[in-house]
Amino acid sequence: MYRIVRKKRLNPTVTMMDIEAPAVARKAQAGQFIILRVNEEGERIPLTVAGFDRDEGTVKIIFQVVGATTMLLDRKEEGEYITDFVGPLGVPTHTEGMKKVCVVGGGVGCAIALPVAQKLSAQGCEVHSIVGFREKDLVILQEEFEACSAKLTLMTDDGSCGRKGLVTEPLKEALEAGEDYDCIIAIGPLVMMKFVVATAKPFGTKIVVSMNPVMIDGTGMCGGCRLTVGGVTKFACVDGPDFDGYLVDFDEAISRSAQYREMETAAREKTCNLFKKEGAN
Amino acid sequence: MPTRDPKERARDFFEVTTGYTMEMALNEAARCLDCKNSPCVSGCPVGVHIPDFIRELKKGDAESAYRVISLSSSLPAVCGRVCPQESQCESKCVRGIKNEPVAIGRLERFVADYHNENCTEAPVLPEKNGHKVAVVGSGPSGLTCAGDLARKGYEVTVFEALHEAGGVLIYGIPEFRLPKAIVKKEVETLKALGVKIEKNTVVGRTITVDELFEEGYEAIFLGSGAGLPRFMGIPGEQLKGVFSANEYLTRTNLMKAYKQDSATPMIRGGKVAVVGGGNVAMDAARTALRLGAEEVYIVYRRSMDELPARKEEVEHAIEEGVKFYLLQNPVEILGYQNPDDRRDPQNGWVKGMKVIRMELGEPDEKGRRRPVEIPGSEYELEVDTVIMSIGTSPNPLLKQTTPGLETTRHGCIVVKEEDCSTSKQGVYAGGDAVTGAATVILAMGAGKSAAKAMDEYITNK
Repeated sequence: MYRIVRKKRLNPTVTMMDIEAPAVARKAQAGQFIILRVNEEGERIPLTVAGFDRDEGTVKIIFQVVGATTMLLDRKEEGEYITDFVGPLGVPTHTEGMKKVCVVGGGVGCAIALPVAQKLSAQGCEVHSIVGFREKDLVILQEEFEACSAKLTLMTDDGSCGRKGLVTEPLKEALEAGEDYDCIIAIGPLVMMKFVVATAKPFGTKIVVSMNPVMIDGTGMCGGCRLTVGGVTKFACVDGPDFDGYLVDFDEAISRSAQYREMETAAREKTCNLFKKEGAN
Repeated sequence: MPTRDPKERARDFFEVTTGYTMEMALNEAARCLDCKNSPCVSGCPVGVHIPDFIRELKKGDAESAYRVISLSSSLPAVCGRVCPQESQCESKCVRGIKNEPVAIGRLERFVADYHNENCTEAPVLPEKNGHKVAVVGSGPSGLTCAGDLARKGYEVTVFEALHEAGGVLIYGIPEFRLPKAIVKKEVETLKALGVKIEKNTVVGRTITVDELFEEGYEAIFLGSGAGLPRFMGIPGEQLKGVFSANEYLTRTNLMKAYKQDSATPMIRGGKVAVVGGGNVAMDAARTALRLGAEEVYIVYRRSMDELPARKEEVEHAIEEGVKFYLLQNPVEILGYQNPDDRRDPQNGWVKGMKVIRMELGEPDEKGRRRPVEIPGSEYELEVDTVIMSIGTSPNPLLKQTTPGLETTRHGCIVVKEEDCSTSKQGVYAGGDAVTGAATVILAMGAGKSAAKAMDEYITNK
């Protein structure tokens, strides 16, 4: 059992938790992920590491309440326990030798982009961050990004906070202005990453994307997380989650990500009704 | 052995075979000739003293028979169910020359089940010898190695990546062939012997082999299995509705999708093609039936004679209604695409499989006749789920994170056959991580040899 040491709601649908898991905290690095189960009957879900405190022995996770499992997790309070927490899994984000990097984060993906930006900044790299959200109320981690970025551009779809528009716009401007990034690291929804790649392509800047497909074990066993990268089948859990953005077949990944959508929606509704009933009693 | 009606069992997940009654067991035991040279024992990879346990059983003392088996085997209730006895102990039985061999596997199962149901005594704890050893992986080889070392007085810790112990016994072999309650019971027996099990620990990521040595473990056994699924590399394999057998079985077994109220999403029903002819393919096909498939096909590129699955499993599959499409091989998986609607939710789902007919040509290096495509014989098979069951490779994680550990080009850990020692001092390995996908009992045999070698290594250090 793993204790929830801290819990904080970052916005109406995004929650942060520090989980006591010393063995994972000892090894975790930016870009890696964990797999958790909330309870004995629960499903295994992967969440990317959003931070860690090796001295305290805790790992930070930030998640959006999108399905039945994240809904259950969100109901857990400080001091309560979750059943399983395993990791760190996957290959850490490669940051060695980078001098100037553009980190692009979208929505809750910013939670994963943050430790990467922090790691780069700590090693003396000049970090330009572009973070995008749907609207003002959904903005998270703004101060944290400010602290580790030489330049931060905040975007919202409706212009209610920061600039109005998509993250690809300031990226395109920066590249057109001749910013010579060693790398662009994009983390967010599949569609966003697809368009960030398309934006960068004419400039040929190296681009790394973080993939987060459906998986069960996270150790290479099920093959459910497979992607086509450069025409070859790769497993996100052991070969990734980071891949060369130019080589990822995004359309296929987008199609595969919908495999369980109907069932996930049904499960979410069922859980939601259950909670409503409990609330009524 | 009694089995349940195929029509009834093919739609639920309860065990297919029902086991012997005491009377049936005594009758079968009476058939054992108690041969002086016990040829059956030479057929058992873990060397169970077969005539000895049957002798105890003949006296009606099943508990004493259990004690005899447990001298050599840590998992008798498992072996009694999943061992291919027909090619091992039973193939050496003198009774088998003219008649049916003694049903050793079924007797073993009876004895183990009898013990599990009736025995409440705590096992005698071995005296501790003060040495610490680690076992990586809690599948059949790891559990056997752990059990043998614990009985010798070692302080044993087993590290398991998943949230439940048992390895392939839990995630792979289905409930209807090996009830999970039985696996749990066997694990509990080992825990009672003092074996510690650390779940949620991925050796190679959470902790490395070298770090285990730093923590004071004197010898380490690697039994990480062969879990990495292979795909064919044909077009359409990434379509929705295509699974590795590992994913299909893990969702059903470990994640309990077979229960109606399970939190695990699972594609049920429809027409299912399973590609491959091994035991795992049979398990996947029979699982698909039980999950509600209308039709289930085994598509295998050779003929019935070359089918690598156990005969009993093939017979059960046929009885339950699985259809065999032999001498056929998929060349492409076909997906649905609505030309007029990019947002059609059916887009990207499997709608069929292009299959080519095969014939058997010249024998290959193993002597099996090589399947050759018959040009122009392709046809389209209508299916909506495809399960790839064409084998697995060893997990690459230990190879990548353990300097000095030699592996073959297929990723199998290289060991000395006589003692299971690897190229790294103090590190031993066995099971599918060494051999590639094989059987439960061969893995157990390796775990046993490794335990013996690890004991000698530590004693002589």
